[in-house]
Amino acid sequence: MRAFISDLQAALGSDGARAEPLELSLYARDAGIARGDAAAVCFPRTRDELIAAVRVAARHRRPFVARGSGTGLAGGATPVGGPLVIVTTRLNRILEVDAAERVAWVEPGVLNLDLSRHVAHLGLHYAPDPSSQSACTIGGNVATNAGGPHCLASGVTAAHVLAVEVVLADGSVTMLGGLEPDQAGYDLRGCFVGSEGTMGIATRVAVRLTPNPPAVRTLLLDFVTIEDAAATVSGIIAAGIVPAALEMMDAEITRAVEDYVGAGYPRDAAAVLLVEVDGLDAGVAHQVAVVERVGTEHGARTVRIAADERERSLLWKGRKSAFGAIARIAPDYYLHDAVVPRTKLVEVLQQVYAIAHEQQLTMMNVFHAGDGNLHPLIVFDAREPGVWERVHRAGDEILAACVAAGGVLSGEHGIGLEKREAMPLVFSPDDLDAQARLRDAFDPSGLANPEKILPRGSRCGELQRVPEGAWI
Amino acid sequence: MDLTATGSVPERGVAVDVDELRAAVATATTVSTVGGRTHWEVGGAPPEHAVEVSAPGGVTKYDPADLTVVVNAGTTCAELGAVLAAAGQECPLDPRSGRATVGGALAVGLSGHRRLRYGPLRDYVLEVRFVTADGRLVTGGGPTVKNVTGYDLPRLLVGSLGTIGVMVRVILRCQPLAAVAEWTVTDGDPFDVRRRTFRPSCIVWDGHRTHVLLEGVPADVAGERAAIRSEPSPAPIWPDGPHRGRLSVRPGLLPALAPALDGTGVHWLAEVGVGTVHVASDSDTGLARARAIAEGAGGWMLREHGAPALDGFGSARPNPGMTERVRAAFDPTGKLSPGRLGPVRG
Repeated sequence: MRAFISDLQAALGSDGARAEPLELSLYARDAGIARGDAAAVCFPRTRDELIAAVRVAARHRRPFVARGSGTGLAGGATPVGGPLVIVTTRLNRILEVDAAERVAWVEPGVLNLDLSRHVAHLGLHYAPDPSSQSACTIGGNVATNAGGPHCLASGVTAAHVLAVEVVLADGSVTMLGGLEPDQAGYDLRGCFVGSEGTMGIATRVAVRLTPNPPAVRTLLLDFVTIEDAAATVSGIIAAGIVPAALEMMDAEITRAVEDYVGAGYPRDAAAVLLVEVDGLDAGVAHQVAVVERVGTEHGARTVRIAADERERSLLWKGRKSAFGAIARIAPDYYLHDAVVPRTKLVEVLQQVYAIAHEQQLTMMNVFHAGDGNLHPLIVFDAREPGVWERVHRAGDEILAACVAAGGVLSGEHGIGLEKREAMPLVFSPDDLDAQARLRDAFDPSGLANPEKILPRGSRCGELQRVPEGAWI
Repeated sequence: MDLTATGSVPERGVAVDVDELRAAVATATTVSTVGGRTHWEVGGAPPEHAVEVSAPGGVTKYDPADLTVVVNAGTTCAELGAVLAAAGQECPLDPRSGRATVGGALAVGLSGHRRLRYGPLRDYVLEVRFVTADGRLVTGGGPTVKNVTGYDLPRLLVGSLGTIGVMVRVILRCQPLAAVAEWTVTDGDPFDVRRRTFRPSCIVWDGHRTHVLLEGVPADVAGERAAIRSEPSPAPIWPDGPHRGRLSVRPGLLPALAPALDGTGVHWLAEVGVGTVHVASDSDTGLARARAIAEGAGGWMLREHGAPALDGFGSARPNPGMTERVRAAFDPTGKLSPGRLGPVRG
């Protein structure tokens, strides 16, 4: 171990790699609940130092875990099995912006919102906008294939990453994807995005920049029942409108947000919808009219259209501050992330509330309704005896209900450590074996972020010995 | 609804029942997947002795309110398009021919002409079900429009030319049809057109005239048409001839490459903002010259049709090492469409 640390410090400088207990404790978890055990943590300042850190790990056969800002909720950046944690936040340079081609090359530690601010004067922005966008890094977004409210129409991270330069687990560097369209052969870039650090670490990323829309309208609809709000979501999609964003907040979270931000949300609503439409003037006017009509047909009490940019920003600030707001209600929260077909929203939401009621837990829902991405949020006080068991039981039941409705385990947070053992709920052993083959093709050594995504026993060889010469 | 009777099954297919298909793939030593044969030459045809297999056809589940459709891979794109259009929706696969099958279009992986607005083909595949080289049935991705559950096998299969597995069924994301879709033409600079329009569906340029596809509500389409001083026109004519290919270059390089392309004598039409240049020639040397231009600019050219002396992809293939590792992980004996993705090894 001493040789490992000294090799790291030789490559990154004495302040570039640490193994003191306090440092290790700081990097033992991400924003999720699982704690791990790092052997060392390092902070590369340049692409070459990042590559050097991976090479030191490879030489010492030491697993490594890439970490951006640690805002992930699924334990994807939690160190398991004494790995080296490689923190990318010092790699925060925007390397190149090509306004004509609408492309930027960035280092992995660039903050999501910093990129959009940096190109704002060009009339461009980076479209994926996770609620944590002021804190999370582009590298972390690539690892989790992050989403956000505005991914409904514009697509998640995978649709905005053109190329990634990657350092693989053996320390070699390779370019996946490119700025020219439709590369020959496999979409290796597409395989890497969302692989949660298990295929290597991005050293730089080429992202697509999106022109700001000429017209934007933000609507707030409020309802006396949550079913009416959910039915409105389905109705808007069924009417042939895919808004830029379509978010729902239930009564509890709406009150919490209003108390926290004062954005003018109705404190007595059972649910509110925040709908944004954009584009050219006539198309926007058409979409506003359809949203108003569908909302009214489904019992919307009021439909308010943000009068100006200030009001619009305030409404969005409320939505994106939801998780800050709940800190005032209870000290701990557990946030779920699952997706169901949009036509199943009403029935699944009813089940989710019933599960919380049965487990005597306080549940709030604030989520990306337009794409069926639920975020049931359980707030509790961890000091209460027995509460963790109920929180976990509720979580398991919520996932099972979503899967039973034709849904999936995660829409944007990833599988990480937290949900790996749930993977067999949606994938067969053959499905998991195929995923393991893809992962292992990128990293045959298994050193890149081990124990993530795939449950134990995913590889056919792990289940049974195979006769020599046979392939399975 | 079952549409298998309307001609989606290729004439020479030997197996359309999934269990039969699995058995055929598992027992064959060399397998070639057949769709509509509209892009049969891409990458080079597989060996003569290959066992030809086809996927079943038919749209198996479609709920317009979910904006998703479950479709068997052997369904033709025309058939899928008709089913979706009846509900006012579409999936912009936009193959060159409607006879192309959904599975074939995805396996070839060539995005359609509206990519500028709607993005590449692979962004529309939510779930893929395929038969592996040893005859197992594997599903990757999931039925919802947003999903990060596990590794992205759907993206791997798109453009894999049948070398990872035989696609049998996919779930695709749909979108509402635009109220109006209108081609216009202008003599203006295509890059200026791009700056002046918001989300145009397609801008193509032949070095002289710029055709623009505008989609949206009528007032917006009329406004955009006027803003770029263009006139309604028929759709552009895509280059055609005995030898055909498509260049893939950084989109910003197009103005610099245009004079060189004119010098080769090929017919060419470039997708502005995308970087795809469609080329056709009466001679295979014309195509070879176009390829040299693409490779000189750091891009590459896919041979789509004709020019049998030319390699399918040329020398500028990215990541051959990683490509081979991934291919071998799924097909260690190299039985699936050998030769399609470059030279047969060992």
